[in-house]
Amino acid sequence: MTLKWKFSLLAAASAACALLFIFWNVIGSWDYVVPRRSLKIAAIILTGGAIAFSTVVFQTLTNNRILTPSIIGLDSLYMLIQTGIIFLYGSASINMLNKNINFFVSAVCMILFAGLLYRFLFRREGQSIYFLLLVGIILGTFFGSVTTFMQVLLDPNEFAIVQDRMFASFNNVNTDLLVLSVIVVALVSLYSLRFTKYLDVLSLGREHAVNLGVNYDHVVKRLLMVVAVLISVATALVGPITFLGLLVANVAYQFFGTYRHSVLIPGSMLISIIALTGGQFIVERIFTFSTTLSVIINFVGGVYFIYLLLRENKS
Amino acid sequence: MIEVKNVSKKYGNKTVVEPVSVNVAKGKITSFIGPNGAGKSTLLSMMSRLITKDSGEVLIDGVELGKSKSSDLAKKISILKQSNHLNVRLSVRDLVAFGRFPYSQGRLSKEDWVFVDEAIRYMELDDMQEKFLDQLSGGQKQRAFIAMTLAQDTEYILLDEPLNNLDMKHSVQIMKVLRRLVDELGKTIVIVIHDINFASCYSDHIVALKNGRIVKEGPTDEMIDTDVLREVYDMDIPVQTIGDHKICVYFA
Repeated sequence: MTLKWKFSLLAAASAACALLFIFWNVIGSWDYVVPRRSLKIAAIILTGGAIAFSTVVFQTLTNNRILTPSIIGLDSLYMLIQTGIIFLYGSASINMLNKNINFFVSAVCMILFAGLLYRFLFRREGQSIYFLLLVGIILGTFFGSVTTFMQVLLDPNEFAIVQDRMFASFNNVNTDLLVLSVIVVALVSLYSLRFTKYLDVLSLGREHAVNLGVNYDHVVKRLLMVVAVLISVATALVGPITFLGLLVANVAYQFFGTYRHSVLIPGSMLISIIALTGGQFIVERIFTFSTTLSVIINFVGGVYFIYLLLRENKS
Repeated sequence: MIEVKNVSKKYGNKTVVEPVSVNVAKGKITSFIGPNGAGKSTLLSMMSRLITKDSGEVLIDGVELGKSKSSDLAKKISILKQSNHLNVRLSVRDLVAFGRFPYSQGRLSKEDWVFVDEAIRYMELDDMQEKFLDQLSGGQKQRAFIAMTLAQDTEYILLDEPLNNLDMKHSVQIMKVLRRLVDELGKTIVIVIHDINFASCYSDHIVALKNGRIVKEGPTDEMIDTDVLREVYDMDIPVQTIGDHKICVYFA
């Protein structure tokens, strides 16, 4: 299959998934159902694209294909914020009830955290990126422990609300936040465009990148910040969703079999959109919300990934 | 000319390179020799901005390394380290094409591809250029990486143990290519090399390091000498002249 065909196939599949999701079994008023479902699709495209992009970039920067940006602790921080608000102020607090405030608090905290982490770690010259990951893991585990501590003390009814936040959901996305997220993601993506030409070279590792004239520290710092902002916005919008990145990035590597980011990034974004739309369709229409999106995606994606590996093994 | 002035490097409390000064003359092959842990590779890495130096200056054609833009330096000086493991799957041709990045920023023009083809031909990789690097032997891989450095077309080429993993035939082939690059194209080459007989047969200038210090440096003829080598390697190495070359007999 040529590249063009692969892209056409993916584009057609994602369009089909989206249309199926929007127009399948519309009961009642179209004026109500269709815009509501379209809003969900828009949120899916935004978060799916952001997660795929940031995971591919993150894996290139770390030269490691089994890492996701969640390793620097942003997911855990999100859960800590959600649990902390309920623990301290209760589920009836304005923070919980007002989506917009919750979004701002979460997104700003996560971006600030990533910014402080980078600032602290990159203050000294020549600090290894793996040191950053290590500190990220430790802080992530710390946040996780604090979260668990608060969760066990919570009233069971309040805990049910926390539990609801533990899974990514596209059901409560509102238009205002979506528009704001689109603007932020678009601006950040525009900013990152000037660095994308370096990605292929960065995948060769630090020494080759420096030799080929990439201002390594400068570029890596900027790209890490881009990754953090995208992940923060996506997570604040729909909940913890970075699990998706690992899968779609690796499926993209296998499917396209190239190192070129000009192919990998759009490809993984399309795969991500297919996975989310398809998954959401199955969750809503077939399982009628009796399971979560992450279960479906990890199951189907995992099976497909194993198939790809087995096929590769044979050839 | 590359001028190294009082450059030093410490890792924690351990000094790897004491303040060292050395000049690399244009249009010559300069070999860094010395026992393991002498600081040869570290010095080479500092000369090519791969690692930062703790003190001192490195001037390339009179301009301090840190004062030039990295993207400009990439057109002037190239470095190839000894271990080159990649996490991405590349064909030989893809890899060599990366050498053109400083000029093309990833969008290779026709002219860039001419350089790529030439580098592939120089390293005799024509018939395996479509193969993936993970299908190649250690030596073939090494040649592919050197081809990438050649495609970069820089005035100064720094190679850290380029003969690693190579058999005799390909070692000789690579040293001859380096010699031709210097003699025909006027490049300046610095290599870290362990086989002192290759250093003796192919280099113009030898710098001997030991424990982070330069023990002695000079023209090849003066350096390949039993007394000098004793000081560097702590062993007696008889030197015999065979044909035009001084050969060290250190095997027994």
